[in-house]
Amino acid sequence: MSARDDVLARVRAALSGTTAQGRPTAAGAGPARVPVPRDYRAHGDLAPGSAEAVEVLVDRLEDYKAHVHRADGPTDVARIVGELLARATSVVVPPGLDDGWLSGLTAGTAVVHDARDDPRTPDELDHVDAVVTGARVAIADTGTIVLDGEPDQGRRAITLVPDLHVCVVRTDQVLHTVPEAVRLLAAHPARPQTWISGPSATSDIELSRVEGVHGPRTLHVVLVPSGT
Amino acid sequence: MSRTFLGLPVPRRTGGARTLPDDVDRPGGHGTSSGPGAASDAFGDVPHPDAPLRWGDTFPDAAREALQNTQLRRNLAHATSTIRAKRAAVVDEVPDWEALRDAGSAIKTDVMARLPELLEELERSVVARGGVVHWARDADEANRIVTGLVQAKGVDEVVKVKSMATQEIGLNEALAAEGIAAYETDLAELIVQLADDMPSHILVPAIHRNRAEIREIFLARMGDAPPDLSDVPRELAMAARAHLRRKFLSAKVAISGANFGVADTGTLTVVESEGNGRMCLTLPETLITVMGIEKVVPTYTDLEVFLQLLPRSSTGERMNPYTSLWTGVTPGDGPQEFHLVLLDNGRTDVLADEVGRAALHCIRCSACLNVCPVYERVGGHAYGSVYPGPIGAILTPQLTKSSGGMSGHRDPNASLPYASTLCGACYEVCPVKIDIPSILVELRAREVDADRGRPTGWGAAMKAASFVLSDARRFALAEKAAGLGRVVAGPKGRISTLPPPASGWTRSRDLPAPAKQTFRDWWRDRPSAEPGPPGHDGPEVPPNPGLGDEGEGR
Repeated sequence: MSARDDVLARVRAALSGTTAQGRPTAAGAGPARVPVPRDYRAHGDLAPGSAEAVEVLVDRLEDYKAHVHRADGPTDVARIVGELLARATSVVVPPGLDDGWLSGLTAGTAVVHDARDDPRTPDELDHVDAVVTGARVAIADTGTIVLDGEPDQGRRAITLVPDLHVCVVRTDQVLHTVPEAVRLLAAHPARPQTWISGPSATSDIELSRVEGVHGPRTLHVVLVPSGT
Repeated sequence: MSRTFLGLPVPRRTGGARTLPDDVDRPGGHGTSSGPGAASDAFGDVPHPDAPLRWGDTFPDAAREALQNTQLRRNLAHATSTIRAKRAAVVDEVPDWEALRDAGSAIKTDVMARLPELLEELERSVVARGGVVHWARDADEANRIVTGLVQAKGVDEVVKVKSMATQEIGLNEALAAEGIAAYETDLAELIVQLADDMPSHILVPAIHRNRAEIREIFLARMGDAPPDLSDVPRELAMAARAHLRRKFLSAKVAISGANFGVADTGTLTVVESEGNGRMCLTLPETLITVMGIEKVVPTYTDLEVFLQLLPRSSTGERMNPYTSLWTGVTPGDGPQEFHLVLLDNGRTDVLADEVGRAALHCIRCSACLNVCPVYERVGGHAYGSVYPGPIGAILTPQLTKSSGGMSGHRDPNASLPYASTLCGACYEVCPVKIDIPSILVELRAREVDADRGRPTGWGAAMKAASFVLSDARRFALAEKAAGLGRVVAGPKGRISTLPPPASGWTRSRDLPAPAKQTFRDWWRDRPSAEPGPPGHDGPEVPPNPGLGDEGEGR
């Protein structure tokens, strides 16, 4: 008997004759589903993209040592990105990034392009100072930004190896709660996702939080109003 | 008992078959273990056990040793009180926390009821997205599968994400025996691995070490640690970053566990903080994930429950810094070869127990460890298993049932259900509402049943008690004899040592001195009055009726 068949047979034997609550099942009936009460909040009180939701997001991001910048439009994004990367000698960008966001870069900052069909190696990325991406969705309640690998966010490696991550989030992408975000992401569950809540951190030494370990040690979030 | 330099109790049953990769000569390298040659005097010989689910003495013996270690207790008290406060603060701000717990509990109950079909669905989903699924009956089989996969890639080193499943099967030691060095990349796991230690906490395996001890370990064992390294946590973290950077960038194969495996989409999830997980899950060409069969969840949207419950319960954060979700292979992004190893290793034995199976609902948050008064004082090593604390006390005996883990006095694991005061704090904080105290009581009953028929001190005492209590004259004589106890107890009114078999009681508790006056004497001698309902005008009651002089020790 293969290990697969053996393990499955053991699982069936372990369950035989009872439901999970210990009640005998009707003869021949398949395993009964256990009803799941879902009385938790499927939606928060704050409307997606509302000023209140954005306020909560900013509060949570700053609590976990991310730097937040408010842009009043795309030109302003370029100005902020330019200032943040003034001392960077190189920046890697995904293939679908809004070119306008990079128009504030100085001549001293080389732009490195990366794509699934033209990937940089980990060693090449290790020599790049920064990365600029968009985002898929943000969760106000937890201060979380989710990337799902689409062209404005790129391969997972580019937001991991460089030490500084500038992430541009549109305010209409800000949702209040985790369930709202999961249900939005469920439209494309197979996309590789990275949920980011602040810069990398560890609590492994005396359970005191230290920001900045293996992932980017600096996270800048640029919030830009939607429809601008 | 042997001790490390830093005063930690160590497992006494040594693993004789440990084979180590020759990693000592590599500059800045650290491997599965530092090797016999590198076992510096500073850390002594801390042997790894043969069985990660059963090592060391029985819990009462190991606990007594651990309680002598004041440094360990200080470290644990500081760490667990910190995390308890953080958890309480972030749980309190969630208005629907109890509803989330109810949902999490019910989803896990549903998973167990439908486990065969969900596992088959998960397998189909992973394969459909380009992954390969393997099944392992036990630790040896899982280790053979992983070793074979690594060897097929022609490499002799792998990077690892912290994973309880691979701790449980002793994967690092199995790989070392085949000449493959496994590099733990989680900071706490790195500390444990460098010190050639065993983990003592599910989430923070090095919780028993303070910053000064960690600095010493890094300086002695890390090779490329800066000589002027201080004990500031940030500096220690930066030393680990520099140490592991090259390994991450060059690794061809990574090994991980999984927090959740989604049946309907084939999505795997790893929840972490440092980014070492992302490094391992993203940069290597091949990813091997070892997952216990109980970690499957039915649907993608079930993650909306667990990704709220887990971070707040474990690290006390609203959300952990990084959560990675991947589904099979994504062309052009991340590992292009993905293997999922589904592990039984005793889980079906747990599942077969209608009461005990709730232990499989555990999402490994470790909140129960942090609130447990027993864990806080004895630490994780006393439990003799990679699963310590309240959840370990119900999980370890059941996982090792087939090798005697619940077989009564003959197995050290059978003592684990007694490693609790039954105070109930673990149940209160459990994000999936595992009723740990009730399961502990149930397992204690099983342990007693397993010993039934064998003469025990307890059985003899109960027989004697039955003989005495069933006859008024015999009882009166016994009462008189008990008065002698006051002589044994002395002026403190406490009896701390008695000869066997009563030593079984006094070994871990004081016995209060018997009362000066028995209840029956008191009743006879009380001032006579008209019998009536008790009240202010009732008979005067002598002070402290029928009880000993000392309030303490009862």
